[in-house]
This record gives sequence, C-alpha cells and structure tokens, in this order.
Amino acid sequence: MTMADTEHTTTSLLGSYRPSGDVYDEMMADGQPRPHWRKLIQSYDQLGPQDRINRRDTAARILRENGVTYNVYGDTQGLGRPWALDLIPLVIPPDEWREIEAGLIQRSHLLNSILADIYGPQTLVQGGALPPALLYANPAFLRPCHGIVPPRNIFLFLHAVDLARSPDGQWWVLSDRTQAPSGAGYALENRIVLSRVSPDEFRECKVERLASFFQVMRDTLRSFSKRANQSNVVLLTPGPYNETYFEHVYLARYLGFPLVEGADLTVRDRRVFLKTLEGLQPVDVILRRADDTFCDPLELRADSILGIAGLTEAVRAGNVAVANALGSGAVETPALAAFLPGLCRRLLGEELKLPSVATWWCGQDKEREYVREHLSELVVKRAFGGNGEPLFGAMLSAKERERLFRAMEAAPHDFLAQEQVALSTAPVLERGRMEPRPMVLRAYVCATPDGFVVMPGGLARFSTAPERLVVSMQSGGGSKDTWVISDGPVSQLTLLLPNTHIVRLERSATELPSRVADNLFWLGRYAERLEDTVRILRCLLVRLSGESGVEETPEVAALVQLMVDLDLFPARFRERYTLAAVEREACALIYQTQRLGALREVIGRLNNIAFALRDRFSADTWRILNKLQVDARPRPGRLPISETLALLNTLVVDLAAFSGMEMENMTRGHGWRFLEIGRRVERAANITTLVQGGLAVEARGLHPLETILEIADSSMTYRRHYFSQPQWAPAMDLLLANSSNPRSLAFQLNALADHSAHLPRETNSGRGLESRNIDAVRGLLEDADWPKLAEDQLAGHNDDVTVLLSRMAAELRGLSDAISQQYFTHATTQVS
Amino acid sequence: MLYQIIHRTTYEYSVDVPVSHHVARLSPRKLPFQDCLEHRIDFEPHAAITTHHDDYFGNRTTFFSVTRPHKTLTVTARSKVRINRPGSGEAESIPWELVKSGFVSEDKVPLPVEVSEFAFSSRFVACHNELADYARPSFTEGRPILEAALDFTRRIFTDFKFDPKATTVATPLEQVMKNRRGVCQDFAHVQIGCLRSLGIPARYVSGYLETVPPPGKAKLVGSDASHAWVQVFIPPIGWMDFDPTNNVIPGERHITVAWGRDFDDVSPIRGVIVGGGKHQLSVAVDVTPLDENKISG
Repeated sequence: MTMADTEHTTTSLLGSYRPSGDVYDEMMADGQPRPHWRKLIQSYDQLGPQDRINRRDTAARILRENGVTYNVYGDTQGLGRPWALDLIPLVIPPDEWREIEAGLIQRSHLLNSILADIYGPQTLVQGGALPPALLYANPAFLRPCHGIVPPRNIFLFLHAVDLARSPDGQWWVLSDRTQAPSGAGYALENRIVLSRVSPDEFRECKVERLASFFQVMRDTLRSFSKRANQSNVVLLTPGPYNETYFEHVYLARYLGFPLVEGADLTVRDRRVFLKTLEGLQPVDVILRRADDTFCDPLELRADSILGIAGLTEAVRAGNVAVANALGSGAVETPALAAFLPGLCRRLLGEELKLPSVATWWCGQDKEREYVREHLSELVVKRAFGGNGEPLFGAMLSAKERERLFRAMEAAPHDFLAQEQVALSTAPVLERGRMEPRPMVLRAYVCATPDGFVVMPGGLARFSTAPERLVVSMQSGGGSKDTWVISDGPVSQLTLLLPNTHIVRLERSATELPSRVADNLFWLGRYAERLEDTVRILRCLLVRLSGESGVEETPEVAALVQLMVDLDLFPARFRERYTLAAVEREACALIYQTQRLGALREVIGRLNNIAFALRDRFSADTWRILNKLQVDARPRPGRLPISETLALLNTLVVDLAAFSGMEMENMTRGHGWRFLEIGRRVERAANITTLVQGGLAVEARGLHPLETILEIADSSMTYRRHYFSQPQWAPAMDLLLANSSNPRSLAFQLNALADHSAHLPRETNSGRGLESRNIDAVRGLLEDADWPKLAEDQLAGHNDDVTVLLSRMAAELRGLSDAISQQYFTHATTQVS
Repeated sequence: MLYQIIHRTTYEYSVDVPVSHHVARLSPRKLPFQDCLEHRIDFEPHAAITTHHDDYFGNRTTFFSVTRPHKTLTVTARSKVRINRPGSGEAESIPWELVKSGFVSEDKVPLPVEVSEFAFSSRFVACHNELADYARPSFTEGRPILEAALDFTRRIFTDFKFDPKATTVATPLEQVMKNRRGVCQDFAHVQIGCLRSLGIPARYVSGYLETVPPPGKAKLVGSDASHAWVQVFIPPIGWMDFDPTNNVIPGERHITVAWGRDFDDVSPIRGVIVGGGKHQLSVAVDVTPLDENKISG
C-alpha cells in the first residue's frame, strides 16, 4: 500500500462516526450501533488503530498477491487495477435478509417467466400486459432465439440485482443484470480475504457461508448436459481485456471448468467443440461471460467476428446449453420496472415483494408528460442501452433539457426516468477512522432444478466520495464483503479453501486449447529474452561502476561494441561515445516502456501474456510474476547505478524463481512442453547471436570473451573445466557443442528434440515439421570442429564460423515458425 | 404465371477455407397468390450438414456447413413458382393518421401486435425526424393511406437515381438520403425508414423480378437479380406491396422469397468462414417464364 497516511489516534471508532441524518445509515440508528453490528464494531474497536492498519494492509497484500484486479477502460494503469476491499463488511440481520431473499427469488422467477413468454407465445404483448415497443423496439430481443427452449425452461441461470436502501429503510431494486452478470467471483474473493484477516469476528458473528451457492451453480450447470453422466462445461470469456477478466479466471478455477475464448470453440455438425492440441473435445454446457450479441457472428451480430459461428444453431438443435440463455438480455431494460407489478400479478398471481425504484416509461403519454414536468427530481435513462450515462435532471442546463425533450419526442419508447434514491450509507475505514459512504448491494440468484437460490451475501460497493450519485467500480470506488447473520447453526460445508488449495476438478491433461499453447510458448520466449537482456545489462553496469566511479576499461569498450552487434545500442556507438552516454543508453534500455527490446517493454509483453494465462498458473507462480512486475515498476528521478544494479539482481532472482516453478511445480503436460520449447528456442537463438557478436567484436581487436561467458552464465563452468584465462577455442566448445552445459546450444537442441518427440500429432503422421529444423541445426553443430574454426577465423583465414552461425540462426527461426504453423494457427474468422 | 428461378451464388476465396457456416433464405414463401411447386438447394462442394427451420418471420431458413477445405463455394437454389395475383384496382383506405396512432379503422380498433412490430427502428433502418420530414409532403392531413403511399412511392422513384455503383450492402441510410442514389435495397430502406419515422408499420421484402429484354433482343442468362421492395400496412386491405425502384405495385412478375424488418433479417446468404484471406462473391439469377400448357401437358 502506498498510503502513507496520517492515522488518527482516536481510540473509539464510533466516537468520530457521524452519518448524515438525511439518509439511512446501515450501522447507526439514533447515535447507537444497530444490534446486529455491535459484535463486529466492538471487536474492531478493541483492536486499536495500528492493528486495524495491519489488517487492512494484510488484506491489500493478499489481494495483490492473488492478483485480484479489475480492468478499468481507458485506465492509464493498463490491465488490472488492484481490487479495493474495505475491512468493514456490510452486516445484514437474518430477519431482514429473509425478506430480501424472498423478494429476489420472486423477481428471478418473474423475469424468467417473462423471458419464457417473449421467446415463446408472446401472450404478454398480445394481451396488453407488456407494451409492444418494450419488446419489438428492444435490440436485446433476439429474434433468432425465438422458439428455443432452454433446459428445464431456465433462461436466467444467474441473475444479479442491484439494491439500494432509501431513508425509510426500504430496499429498492435499482437494476437487473440478466445476460452475464459479473461480481459473484469478487464477492467470493472478498469473503475469502476478509475471513482470513478477521477470522475471530467472522466466527463470532455467525456469518452465513457462500460455499453452497457455488456448489449449486456448478451442479445446475452440469445438469444442463444432454449426455448422460457426461458434462463438459466451459466458461466463455471475451478475453483478458474484459473489465472483469480476473473474475472469469477465478470462477473457472473455483468451479473447475476450463476457461475458453470464442476462438477456442468451434461448431461442427451442429455441436460445439473445444479445439485442443489433440483434437476436438465435445462441449455440453457454456457458462458465458460474453454478452448476447458477441456469442454468434453468424446469427446474432453480423458485424462482429467475436463469438462462435453457428452457436445459435447448435443451441437450437439442443446439442449445447448456454447459460444464461441467448437473448436473456431482453429483460435487462430498466423500462420494464414500470410494468413488473402488473406482470407479477398476471404471471405469478402475487404482489411484487421487492419494489423497483419508481420508473416512468416515456413510451406512454401520461408518463412522458410527468417526466417533462418533474425532470429536476428524476434521472433519465435510455431504455435500450443507447450510449451515454444517466442524465440527472437537476443538473441539466436549459439547452440540454431542450435537446433531451427533442430526442424524447423522436423516440419516446427509448426513454425512461427514475426517481433518485438517496442511497444509504455504510461505514468505510479511511485513514484509521470510519466514514459514512453511499453504497449499493449487488445480490445474486442462481437457478437450480428445484427453484431459485440466493447467495447469502453479495457484493457491496461504495463510492469513494460522499457526494457521488452513481456507485460503480468503473468510475472508481471500493467494495465490501456482505455478512448475512445466521440465526441458526452455520453450515460448515465449505468449498472456500484458500486459493493455493483449489484443485482443478474436471480438466483433463489433454485439454490444452491451441491458443493457450501459443501463449505458453511466447511466455517461455519472453521470460528467457528478459533474462538474457538483464544479464547483458548487468554485465555492463557492473563494469561501469568501478571503484573510482565510472571508468573506461577495455572490457567496457568490448561490451559497448557487443551491444551494438546485438542491436541493443544504436549504431552511432560503433564510432564514438562517452561513458555518460553509455550509462544513459543502458538506463533507457531498462526503464523505457516503449523502446523495442527494452527491459520494461519485454516485461510488459510478458505480463500481458501471463495475464491471459492466469488460469494456468498456481497461486505461487502468479505471486512470482506479480513480484516481477512490482520490482520493475517505474521509479521517480534518476537512480544511482548501484540501485539499478540491485534492481537487475532482483530481477535475475525473480526470473530464477519463475523458471524454478516451471521445472519443479508444473505438470509435465503439453502446456509445460510449449513453455519449455519457447524458452529453449529463445535461449538457442540468443547464444547463437551472442557468439556471433562476440567474434565480430574480437575481430575488431577487443576482447569480449570474459563478459560473454558471464552473460551466458558459464564463467564458473569454464574455470572448472579449463583453469585458465578465457580463450575462444575452448569457449566455443563450452557454449555451443558441450551438451552438459545447460546454457549451451547443444543442450537446448537436445531438450527441443525431446519435446518435439512428445508433442501430439495428427494420427500417425510421424514426426513434426519442427524436427527437420532441429536436425538441421544439430547436423551443423556436430559436424563442425568449433575450436579450430574459431581459431581459423580469428587468424583471418576465413569467416566459416560466422556463416555457420548465421545458417543455424536461420534454422532456429524456421523452427519457431514450424511450431506456430502446426499448433497455433488460429485462422481469423470473417463474415462473408 | 409460372416461373423457373435459378439463383446461383458463388464465393471465391484466395486461400483454402477449412470450415464455413452459412444461413440462407432462398426458398420462396407460400402465399395465397404464390405457390412454390418445386424447390431445392444444391451445394458445391457438398455441405456436411443442412438443416431447415422457419425463422421468426416465417421465412424458410437453411443452415449449412462445409467442413472440408474449399476455395470456391457455389450455392444453387432452383425453384418453380406459380403466381396468380389479381390486380388491386381502386381501393378504399383509412386516413394515414389513424394507422400512425395504432388503429385499423375509424372506430379505433387497434393494430394487430404483429403488425406494430414493424413500426420501430431496426438494425439498418433507424427512425429519424429528417426521414419523417421527407415523407410528409405525401402524407397530408386526412389523406387515405393507400393514396399517400402510392404518391410517396412515386416520389422516391423520381427523386432517387438507380445507381449500382453508389452503394454497397453496408452503406448507411443517411448517406443514401444525402446522395439520392442506390439500388433496390436502398430504395426499400429509404421508404421503410420514412414510413416508420411517421409511425406507419412497413416491412422489407426480398425476392425476384422477371426482367423483360429490350424489344428484339434475346434475354441474357443471369441478367435478372435478387430484388427488394416494401410492404406497407394499409387498412382495411392489410399488407400491400410497393416497389419504389420501379414505381409499381408488384404483380405477377414479383416473386416473394422472404420478409423482415430490413435486409439484415432476410439477406439471401450470410456466412462466416474461418480463414480464407480475401473473398469474392458473385450472384447470378435467372427468372424464366414457363409455358403453363407445356408443363401441364
């Protein structure tokens, strides 16, 4: 945490808490904490400020280490802003929760019944209970999905409801999420973290557990499979750039379903298959986190290439179930709220239990007139998701009002207005004291074969500023765990094992999507490239920081030339340079993010790929990758060389830790092989160019060999073998042909040959394309007498070594291409 | 009239396409005045899977996949259709404002729900005040809707120039309005957009039109084309066809294949391919009148 805050030393938490009297406060009533909050607040009060800070920092650390992030569009921090969790949960007493729960179940049931009607007989529109415009002008009503009946008639598998509490203590529904609701995974992660940092309070308060909710989710999804005793369920994500990608990864792991992107799936014979290295695996159920129109470019959105072409037809044929059902976004329109009381009476024969915030749909003349007259008290929204944030009537200028009215006249059915709810406040720990902050609660309902089940808890979100009118994670803000207090014994069933113990339940070793193999290959390459660059830079900086400050030595001169040969330094350094310029250039290579091949640029690539592979890593591996990013983060001002050297040393250790995890902790499946192949290909290429560059520098009368051995981490090995000052002839053998040196070219080729022999092939097609390249390099390597060739070339007789090395480098590039071509070709999809 | 229609669509790809999925709407509808006597669709290469269903609007829809590498794909639909469409003649209709307000008669019987479905914006046709303004001179106060619709059809025919080079399937409506050029699809979208912006339900019809060669010349093979026109809801008659591209009320030379809110709902073939580089599409349509006596004899 960077909050070097001035902690207040007020001993009593409650003493300084002053909620406004105009809104409902979740914790306080008449200057006293409500009964269901007392245990928690007393306990937190006794902790003292320092302990509270410690707990907050621990929570932040766990979240950071677990890589809990939220992508904010247009955020300069790029992918993955850390998730903000407040130490104080929202506490809800059992009797109040029972009412909320009953209201939520009724609401899910109601919306599901509406979906069943509009995608079926449409009696609601025919009978006048639902205005035609709400259905027919709604772009989320997907006509290609009409007539498709989902398994057990469950359209709404997972339903999220945003709730707010008005000053009189009544809960109101602000909005529904019915396509692919987000946040349940964050709620779970919040719970895991908070119950770890405040275990005693969690136990004392008798909090309802979340585990069974997720078990129900998993079981219901499996039950959607048409095949007896077989259910391949996948979680479909739009990909790493989606705002809640972390959650997709997290839920996929937690539920034990493979995480896939649209390109990983294909439709054949009206069935959906997962493309894996070993062929097509059938998919029975898709839990989707992609919106309706991004699911099938063939039928649902002609201008999108995202999704799975033919998915709708596969669903229509009953061969795959999609949850939530395609088209379920049709009941997300906030305009529907105006009609729910009537629809509830008609469809369920009951009064609506949980009211929606008062809504006026402008498709009706009287309502439109009301909205015009009371605009300053209302929030105006588009009924059909059009662009733009909600408009707060009170904040509009005369001109803006006019524009709004004109737009409203042109398409009245696309507008609605809602009452502005004065949100309740909940205590948030800020700078050691509690502050009241406006909040909303997102609750979750899951369908089961026996009816709907509510998650006993939810994702509470608060706005960071007291006056914010909209609470959203997108515009910044924090989150809270939600503790529903139990008045009976708490179920001890728990799936809530710490992250490290989560076992993948259903993934078989062969299910490696080729996109994942591709990413692993490049992860290996970038990790190795990074290490190589770090080692070279370290070698240079060590020599620049001599005892008497920056010194020119023959070694530095040789290194500078080598840097030019390796394309790390610009060519102008060939002729003349100052040591200050060398230092500047070296620092630029470390800190510039945009410069190709610079350290932070490579780290950026590494991170983007790692991010897309999150579900493939253990928590520990992820922690190492996170540390790498944190260690290399930008620092203000100019750093002395000693600091920069310390940084490089830290990075070398981080990278060693990562490759250690790779060697010791990864299952030897195809995934591991592709990671290894990437690393070996990169190392083979680097050693080849390093030797090539070294010889070129030597030919100019400088002596880079010592540093080359250092870069190749082979100095010790050399000394042990030869007890002498480095000489080219033996060094050539050590770096190229000696297969016992794990840094040598021969070693990489042996490893590559082994991996190649174990890669999956199309039936009986024998050896892979890449084996030809491996054989070619091996042939060149083994046939040459490297020590002699080196001596000949250095004596000026010929340039055979350089020619041979170039040919090997070309073969290595071919090797990389051959791997890509055979295993990674994701031809892009296009609409024709 | 009895017609034989051959509609051939050919895709040519620059590199092999391993898999392609398509949805086609090529089967003429069965209507009170139109009978489809024979119909088949052939694929080259052979389609691994073909299935049929009636879509939301009742159009016969064919889903097919080709799952072996191919560089060309030819889809040939052959249909034999008999049309017997009596001329509409003079007809009474109600003032257009009643339809706009959602009624089918002077005593305010509401429009059927399935008709009002066609009064809203759709993907290719967004309602707009400017579109309403363009239509308004034809829709004067109290004018019977049929008379107004005929006048409006004539105005589009006069104001817009038929120009196959001016637009593509993706040209937005605003641009067509601005340039006043386009093909039958654009003419239909203009008319639909203007009518809906006034609040009048209108739908898009895709089909064929028999073309007649200039006197003394033989008809060229493949010279016909897919055609598109409009249906407007005209109480008390019901849905009536208007062809703004030719300024006619479609009769026996118009063959109806499918209808929907706009082109997006009824495009004859839509496909998604994996890979394939660039592709070229060519379409050839032949509408040949058959001699009834020879056939039945």
